[in-house]
Amino acid sequence: MRVAITSTGNSLESKLDQRFGRCSYFVIYDLETKGIEFIPNPNKDTQEGAGPASVQIVASRNVQKIISGEFGIKIKSLLDSLKIQMIVLKEPEKKIEEIIKMLSN
Amino acid sequence: MSPRPTRLRKISNPPVISGFKPYGIKKNTENNESIFLYLEEYEALRLCDFEMLNHQQASVLMAVSRPTLTRIYSRARQKIAEGIVMGKQIIIEGGKIYFNSEWFSCKACGCYFNNPDKQEEIKECPLCKNSDFTNIGDAINKYEIHSKIN
Repeated sequence: MRVAITSTGNSLESKLDQRFGRCSYFVIYDLETKGIEFIPNPNKDTQEGAGPASVQIVASRNVQKIISGEFGIKIKSLLDSLKIQMIVLKEPEKKIEEIIKMLSN
Repeated sequence: MSPRPTRLRKISNPPVISGFKPYGIKKNTENNESIFLYLEEYEALRLCDFEMLNHQQASVLMAVSRPTLTRIYSRARQKIAEGIVMGKQIIIEGGKIYFNSEWFSCKACGCYFNNPDKQEEIKECPLCKNSDFTNIGDAINKYEIHSKIN
């Protein structure tokens, strides 16, 4: 199973990005192979429609869960129909490394 | 003829706090009364004043008509004004509402998560694997029944 995490940077030391659509990087973590992939978000500075475009990127990687600080109105119904689970974590100081550790337990 | 039943309002974002308390109360004016701001009123306020949507757009998101949304919104403002002016505590709960989807909050790591597959029951927090979590949607349903009795 794959999990997407929104990140502020492209290292394990980076912190969780509190936005979904306009986060800096997506981290795709594979629970079976333990593989980690960083994808820079091209929608970072988009004026409109960043959310749905970001969902497309994440959904094309076949993730089943997304961890972020917040999800916009447009995204919630979209992820609901795609059957992707949303996990809202309101801890901006959490590092990607710590979240991956929590998931692997 | 019996009146038409109230249409349930859709809530997409539950509040992160459960209310407000006044501080620095002047002597002899202490007021122990509290105001119940319904979740539908909170949601109307959030959509109109925080998300800066107009009443038409907000009403679509809450699955009610535009005039109904305007009435909910004006009640929200009236209650908040009363709380500030009279120095009353504001508690956000109750209302005739339903959630966009079922949401849960984990007591161990403090995260919120939804259940995308309604056929299957969630047994543990998807993040920390703790089984100590509560269904926020269920807690709200109880208030709904409560407010219907009153």
